Amino acid sequence: MTEKDRKRRRGKKQADLGNEIITLENVSKAYATGAPALNGVSLHINKGEFVFIVGDSGSGKSTLIKLLLRELTPTSGYINVMGYDLVKIKHRKIPKFRRNLGIVFQDFRLLKDRNVYDNVAFAQRIIQVSNKEIKRNVPSILSMVGLAGKYKAKPKQLSGGEQQRVALARALINKPTILLADEPTGNLDPKNSWEIMKLLEQINENGTTVLVVTHNREIVNSMQKRVVTMKKGIVVSDEEKGGYIDEN
Amino acid sequence: MRISTFFYTIGQGFRNIIRNKWFSLASIATIGACLFLFGLFYAIITNFQHIVKTAEEGVSVTVFFDEGVSDTRIAEIGDMIAKRVEVADVKFVSADEAWESFKEDYLGEYSDGFTENPLADSAHYEIYLNDVSLQPALVTYLESIDDIRRINKSEITATTLSGVNALIAYVSIGIIGILFAVSIFLISNTVTIGISVRKEEINIMKYIGATDFFVRSPFVIEGMLIGLIGSLVPLGLIYFIYNNVIVYVTERFSMLSQLLSFLPVETIFNTLAPVSVIMGVGIGFLGSIATVRKHLRV
Repeated sequence: MTEKDRKRRRGKKQADLGNEIITLENVSKAYATGAPALNGVSLHINKGEFVFIVGDSGSGKSTLIKLLLRELTPTSGYINVMGYDLVKIKHRKIPKFRRNLGIVFQDFRLLKDRNVYDNVAFAQRIIQVSNKEIKRNVPSILSMVGLAGKYKAKPKQLSGGEQQRVALARALINKPTILLADEPTGNLDPKNSWEIMKLLEQINENGTTVLVVTHNREIVNSMQKRVVTMKKGIVVSDEEKGGYIDEN
Repeated sequence: MRISTFFYTIGQGFRNIIRNKWFSLASIATIGACLFLFGLFYAIITNFQHIVKTAEEGVSVTVFFDEGVSDTRIAEIGDMIAKRVEVADVKFVSADEAWESFKEDYLGEYSDGFTENPLADSAHYEIYLNDVSLQPALVTYLESIDDIRRINKSEITATTLSGVNALIAYVSIGIIGILFAVSIFLISNTVTIGISVRKEEINIMKYIGATDFFVRSPFVIEGMLIGLIGSLVPLGLIYFIYNNVIVYVTERFSMLSQLLSFLPVETIFNTLAPVSVIMGVGIGFLGSIATVRKHLRV
């Protein structure tokens, strides 16, 4: 992509990009030491899509997620998420951008000293929702993820699957446009993994764009969603209703 | 900012203190110790200055006249002296008054044998100064006036008192400066430890979309609360100790009570209380905001 093309694309309003909600054009990311983590990656994801990002360790999946969260900036290339140019975005605008993203991590990242209710309410407090609305919204989202009866429990009193449901509730309570899930089933047994994936599918059916980074071959092969496969920092395959591609 | 968010932030500040009670206690103890020392120095210095000031007020220059100088001339000299900037007060003591005072102090009943005033030429002015350091300038002026026979001055006391005063001022500024720097360093260290303990929590906040202000505020509130508590505790201690020490010193060393005049605790606290609280809260604010700022680029 030439600089001229890039400028032209940046100049377009989100509406002009049609349904596209995530755009990566020729994105590279190099760290101070070692080989580049991403090397000329281009990716286009539309509103309402469910996409698996798969690949082995070192393939660049985590770097890709960090770029989409604007935790990192690319060495070169163009990234646009929900109309935000993540290369040029000002530091003070990053919180507002992130409020439209729901994020779920492999290790749940719950606040250990707060109970389930407070962990979920926390996301609403950050965007300054009134206490009255928080009291209405939190029980509703907890019942959606099947944890209505456990709102007083602390994270350590919950199973891995339940903790991931709390993380999902926290990610969803602000009604994000995009849900990013980084290895959401990495610490879960098969039964809990499937339950979480069903929840993600349900969330996607309600209109949220879902991006799942995973190693779980069985889930990827069963769900028949779009699969983007990465290897050594480049996209080697991008298939609708794809499957997990073996290393060999 | 919504009112609920404001109270949430304050609440989080309190929760932070309770959650990290050992770190918080350590910080409170550190600030408390610094401000206790500050208060102690302040009380000592203020009292010393008060004592010095009282002693200064007692320092006087005495001027005697030549024999046979008329009362009009003496009054004229008195006016000239009173106009000088160095002079706080001029008191005329007649020869009779001087003799009465001498009899009272030294002779008592043995004074009956004197039929005439042996101190007939001892009428004089007692001159009290605004500042003892101005004494040499006044003495030079007095020496230039005709009809003055003798000038009595207390050179050693005057220079010693002004020297001690300056020394106290320099030492106190130095000590307070060092304590202030140590306190900032220590609270910054405590907040750093607190933040590193809660690094993950801060990261989660930032991922969810918390603004820098939202993340910083509870830590800054925490620092300010630590500073506030750290200033109130030593104030209470000093209040208690000060009163007891004064009672003890006055009772135990009663012969010094004429030389040493202590200020009442209320006078000390009029300045010490607001300064300590402002310093405590200020140290907490500065230490925490500088430290939190460093850890928020997620």
